[in-house]
Amino acid sequence: MSSTATTVAQSAPSTAGRPASAGAADTPTNTEKTAGPPAVDYSGYKLVPAKHPGRWVGTVLVALGLAAVLWSLATNPRWEWGVVAQWFTAQSVVNGLIETLKLTAISGAFGFILGFVLALMRLSASPLLVGVSWTFSWIFRSTPLLVQLLLWYNLGYLYEKVSLGIPFTDVRFFEVQTTTLISQFAAAVLGLTLNQAAYSAEIIRGGILSVDQGQLEAAAALGIPAWRRSTRIVLPQAMRAILPTAFNEIIGLVKGTSIVYVLAYSELFYTVQVIYNRTQQVLPLLLVATLWYVVITSVLSVFQYYIERHYSKGAVRNLPLTPLQKVRRFFATHAVKESR
Amino acid sequence: MSTAVTETPTTAAAAAAGGSPSAAPAASSPSASRGHVEITDVRKSFGATDVLKGVSLTVPPGGVAVIVGPSGSGKSTLLRTINHLEKVDDGYITIDGELVGYRLRGNKLHELREKDILKQRTDIGMVFQNFNLFPHLTALENVIEAPIVALRKPKEEARKRALELLDRVGLKDRANAYPRQLSGGQQQRVAIARALALNPKILLFDEPTSALDPELVNEVLDVIRELATSGTTLIIVTHEMGFARDVADTVVFMDEGQIVEQGSPQEIFSNPREPRTRSFFSKVIEPAFNI
Ligand SMILES: Nc1ncnc2c1ncn2[C@@H]1O[C@H](COP(=O)(O)OP(=O)(O)O)[C@@H](O)[C@H]1O
Ligand SMILES: [Mg+2]
Repeated sequence: MSSTATTVAQSAPSTAGRPASAGAADTPTNTEKTAGPPAVDYSGYKLVPAKHPGRWVGTVLVALGLAAVLWSLATNPRWEWGVVAQWFTAQSVVNGLIETLKLTAISGAFGFILGFVLALMRLSASPLLVGVSWTFSWIFRSTPLLVQLLLWYNLGYLYEKVSLGIPFTDVRFFEVQTTTLISQFAAAVLGLTLNQAAYSAEIIRGGILSVDQGQLEAAAALGIPAWRRSTRIVLPQAMRAILPTAFNEIIGLVKGTSIVYVLAYSELFYTVQVIYNRTQQVLPLLLVATLWYVVITSVLSVFQYYIERHYSKGAVRNLPLTPLQKVRRFFATHAVKESR
Repeated sequence: MSTAVTETPTTAAAAAAGGSPSAAPAASSPSASRGHVEITDVRKSFGATDVLKGVSLTVPPGGVAVIVGPSGSGKSTLLRTINHLEKVDDGYITIDGELVGYRLRGNKLHELREKDILKQRTDIGMVFQNFNLFPHLTALENVIEAPIVALRKPKEEARKRALELLDRVGLKDRANAYPRQLSGGQQQRVAIARALALNPKILLFDEPTSALDPELVNEVLDVIRELATSGTTLIIVTHEMGFARDVADTVVFMDEGQIVEQGSPQEIFSNPREPRTRSFFSKVIEPAFNI
């Protein structure tokens, strides 16, 4: 461990006498109390931090591995980077990308809103609300998303017309053909949203359950109204448990939207499929889609970091430094070292 | 500090005999008295266990009642019925003549709506054993939250008052600290400031020092001591017998969901009548204290 420190301790005792009590626990050589070990004055020595040779070896190995991967990516002509560059910002690909972002944003937002409602229902005192919420999650978590999407898209086969009216009577306020109502987009949003809601409900419920019951009690004792108790006291604390999993879900959803290719909906993945079926440049085009997914995920990860940091206020004694602050501090401390 | 608290030791059995719901003694002089607590034959059970078996207690305005008793005797439950965090099964509680949690209509007591209960609670501050500060809010934010949302005070006014209160509990310079950056004693003092921010008639303390390291107990007790002379009615559950002797007008000994005995600290600590009281004190009070 700290080999330098022991060397100092062993080499030093000859210099002076020291009181028997001082720092006796630090070095094993001072255990013979009867001898009255001599006191050592350590004040003049320079402090040397412990060395971590293992860490350096590991770093070098990983760096070598990374270099090898990058080298092969750059030099293997079959990746066809020229083709990748050509298609990366092509209009059709960008349009597909926008559709992917749109699907993610809409289904993510509505999914989590509906999930929040379902979580509150599940935690309510009404057995009916609990039952409905539970059944919803049960159904949508037990059917494959693919099947759900196809079912929504083919709803017109099951129900020819959708109408709004008074149940159990013939009164109808309006009525439309199901096929005109459920476009590819609607089926995609419906399927992704409902599926997302089922999962988010459980995530949000878990977060709410993780908040100490005493918090609600204290808030109630202070006369704080129920809605404010949820939004100001419970949710901000629940967020800490919710956020990591929620971002997992959103990132999953970004790539999960690619499943709507079964509806021939031209989001990013379907778009590149159409292109490579035409040009036969399969791998480069898959790479185009992959790179875009990586970009989206990276941006989301940065958001996640800062949002989590925001909600960790008060939960940790001192907020950790942001990467930017770390970099600044690294240069600051190293600049100091150089100047010495 | 008023010394006279219920001269007649109201045992549970005596109070159970009756008293019409309309009889509200303190209601006659609302301007002078603030925080008259009247607990009448309160019963409460959780499933098969009877936790409160007919408890009656009167604490006059500005009075300081200290409740002592073995663990599980129903002390916390009794405190929690006073601000309707716990519903009573039978009996009733009034504060300055006003029923807590219920309204008399016809010959029935109807439970109040949530909104009205919350309003009543702003008159009753509560301090918990484990503080229950909101960890994601600073000390100052903890204190101003309720005045702003429950009393609809302007933010600036609430802030000013909160800083005064934090000063009063000796924590003005930690106003912007988060609870986890404070020691247990400091957290409990913030919790007291938070309860005081609503300017309550009554303050309930449920073992306010039980979660604290011994050397932090006194800083909290000192704050409560100061409150005891302020005219706010205090009802305190504690195991700090020396403190109880100092501040209490009335000491109430509870056991198995009943008030066994109550009286002045002198009577209860030095000269308990009931054998159960005597045996409890012989266990909890160190001999040096037992004069
Ligand atoms: N919510 C509850 N459900 C069931 N039993 C409870 C509940 N709260 C308290 N009790 C029981 O009531 C009794 C009295 O509890 P409590 O009022 O906390 O006692 P004390 O504060 O005097 O220690 C205990 O036996 C406890 O187990
Ligand atoms: Mg208790």
